[in-house]
Amino acid sequence: MLDVQDLQKIYTGRHRNVEALRNLTFHIAAGELVCLVGPSGCGKTTLLKCMAGLLTPTSGEVRLDGRPVDGPPPGMAVVFQEYGRSLFAWMNVRDNVALPLRRKKLGKARERELVDHALEVVGLADAHQAYPWQLSGGMQQRVAIARAVAYEPKVLLMDEPFAAVDAQTRADLEDLIRRLWRELGVTVLFVTHDIDEAVYLGQRTLILSTSPTVVQEDLTIDLPDERDQLHTRSSTRFAELRAHVYEQIQRAKRHSGDVNGTQVADRMPQAAPTKAQTEVVGSE
Amino acid sequence: MSHHDLTPVMAPAAGPAIGSGSASGRRRPVPTAALRGLAGLAGLVAVLEVLPHVGLVSADYLPPASETGRALWQLLAEDPFWTALGDTLTGWALGLAIAVGAGVVAGVVIGSVPLLRAATASTIEFLRPIPSVALIPVAVLMYGTDLRSKLLLVVYASFWQVLVQVLAGMQDVDPVADDTARSYRLGRWGRVRHVMWPTALPYVMTGVRLAATVALVLAVTAELVIGSPGLGRELAVAQSSGAVPQVYALVLVTGLLGVAINLVARAVERRALHWHQSNRRRGAEG
Amino acid sequence: MTVHTVFRRALLAGGLPGALFALWWFTSAGSTDFYLPPLSTTLGKFGEVWTPERLRSDVLPSLLRLTAGYLLAVVAGVGLGLVVGTGRVVRDVLEPVLELFRAIPPPVLVPVIMLFAGIGDTMKVIVIVSGCMWPILLNTVEGVRAVDEVLSDTCRSYGITGPTRLWHLVLRSASPQIVTGMRQALSIGIILMVISEMFASSNGLGFTIVQFQRSFAIPEMWSGVLLLGLLGFLLSLLFRFAENRALAWYHGLRRAQRNP
Repeated sequence: MLDVQDLQKIYTGRHRNVEALRNLTFHIAAGELVCLVGPSGCGKTTLLKCMAGLLTPTSGEVRLDGRPVDGPPPGMAVVFQEYGRSLFAWMNVRDNVALPLRRKKLGKARERELVDHALEVVGLADAHQAYPWQLSGGMQQRVAIARAVAYEPKVLLMDEPFAAVDAQTRADLEDLIRRLWRELGVTVLFVTHDIDEAVYLGQRTLILSTSPTVVQEDLTIDLPDERDQLHTRSSTRFAELRAHVYEQIQRAKRHSGDVNGTQVADRMPQAAPTKAQTEVVGSE
Repeated sequence: MSHHDLTPVMAPAAGPAIGSGSASGRRRPVPTAALRGLAGLAGLVAVLEVLPHVGLVSADYLPPASETGRALWQLLAEDPFWTALGDTLTGWALGLAIAVGAGVVAGVVIGSVPLLRAATASTIEFLRPIPSVALIPVAVLMYGTDLRSKLLLVVYASFWQVLVQVLAGMQDVDPVADDTARSYRLGRWGRVRHVMWPTALPYVMTGVRLAATVALVLAVTAELVIGSPGLGRELAVAQSSGAVPQVYALVLVTGLLGVAINLVARAVERRALHWHQSNRRRGAEG
Repeated sequence: MTVHTVFRRALLAGGLPGALFALWWFTSAGSTDFYLPPLSTTLGKFGEVWTPERLRSDVLPSLLRLTAGYLLAVVAGVGLGLVVGTGRVVRDVLEPVLELFRAIPPPVLVPVIMLFAGIGDTMKVIVIVSGCMWPILLNTVEGVRAVDEVLSDTCRSYGITGPTRLWHLVLRSASPQIVTGMRQALSIGIILMVISEMFASSNGLGFTIVQFQRSFAIPEMWSGVLLLGLLGFLLSLLFRFAENRALAWYHGLRRAQRNP
């Protein structure tokens, strides 16, 4: 379904080059829900943007259904962390959800049906006419999710979508994602820096190293399929997995794609994550 | 009249709310941009030189750039030009100073007394959009071509720019800061001095910058239309005597003057804002 | 709203203007100063001078020229602004040139444009266009380059491109800046409307007022000044009305951001 092969991304600057991604290879099967977790500034957003076709990798490639991704592919939807900036402030909720459907030329009736349904499943059936800025952060992110749902994607990429909402809303939204995933049969890649979230949500968790980034571990989350905030999170297995991921992340903070931190010839000496780099790489 | 102008309801430092910081994040190395800009200016000169030569525009209306340049060079060698420039700048500076002084005082007084603000709002809204050129005939009758004519127009136009910004700034006070000041029992004057004025300062600087540009426009207008001494009158004279290259040379001078005023005003504004922000930060840390 | 608050508001809004009017009325009442006639005389003249025929022959042409010039400037300014704002190289090359054009005090364009276009309606419209265009253009450029990157990425990933992107993303998100430019352009336009008529004309509001002044018809001149002031006020009111409709989302967004 979604293949990432030897992906490398180097940002070329005026004074220095920053290698954000070193060598990433992994595979996501159709219908999977995979979480991607890693220390702050490890290039998660860069990876996601490469996969979404929004950034061109320096080398290696991303394939969707066997076809190389060289621009935003159809059938893929992205939900960004910055809900406030990814919605059109000048459109009401309904138009925000409907806009991407226009060029699909589905006909008015089908379009209306999709929008109604999408807003219904995210729990915003009453908010059609509201403007995004009239809603709370969590509700705004629901609009962005509804927009993705209405688009009927095969793959849904989510870039730390809940990093900026409060804890209770976050739990609701996590359950919403699991429900949508099971109901729609969509493939989901969920990027997060939150360890609990990475364990709770997915079937698999990919743990990334610090920049230059490699996959540090591909961990199967063997929790039962039926999950809920109360019981899943208090189970022993959850605690074990959580502890494991935590350790891995702590290790990841010390290790990067450079083996044991030795300098590699093509890497500029000052390439440690600095402010400039975290700005391009992500906003954790 | 810069493109950074903001409606008084908006914070001066804020760009568009949507798109925070995206423009600055994409800023390129300066030399490339500067070189391209120079190329653009050179291109303008080249086009102005070529157009009349190939006969697309009659040289009677648009002399080649070289001729305008020669006319400018001659102007620069003459005393009357410098006198005119001095007259324009005098009117501009004096008018601006009066407008800023009056605008700041009026703004602080009105802005710090809620009742006064409420009572003056409608009057300000009515008087502000009155075009200052409406005063031209009045100025001519009362002061003729005297400096006071020019000042009347300049002050009227730029006063509102300052006043409205000061008022917007005084209103932008963070309610928490104001409540804090109240809870420490600061009096009205103390709150104006330590809470409202610092908040308003960036707005004031924006107001001064806007007023500086408007003041130049009105100073030149007064010279052009009323005939007060200055660059505008020189321009009117050059035009009526058919000295076309001089007309263009003078237009260029007023444009360069405008650019210079804009650059200085922006630099001062940035300076003041920088001082303001670093001072605030130091205050917060210390 | 109680009767009391309505009364209070009316008092606050009308109090000072009323007082100023009364002040002018009474201080000028016995005025023998030739240049400062009593307000009653000026107001009396107002009805006499600005008859419907007068409005049609002098005020209407002015307003038509202003409207034509202003609308052309909006179209040209926004159109060019989109081109300049989208292309990085174009923007770098043209920015200093545009800054220079904008910095030229618009009234000095009158004598220059008279060289090309004589003294007719065309000249006046061109003068208004060439003065009003720059703030609109430069604000559009600024607005276009500030389009949010996340929103831009969102559009790309949903395949929103071409005219849809231009209309729903670029123009709409730049609209607050464009409106700021248009507001500045409006006051420049009024100035240029008056000035171009004062320079050379056979009709128009600016022309008529200067004629009154030159023939020392002082109360008539004052009535013209009043009319011009009233016009400026009404146009700004109209602008604000249109702005509040077009940018309702923006003002709402700003309020939401200020009081989270």
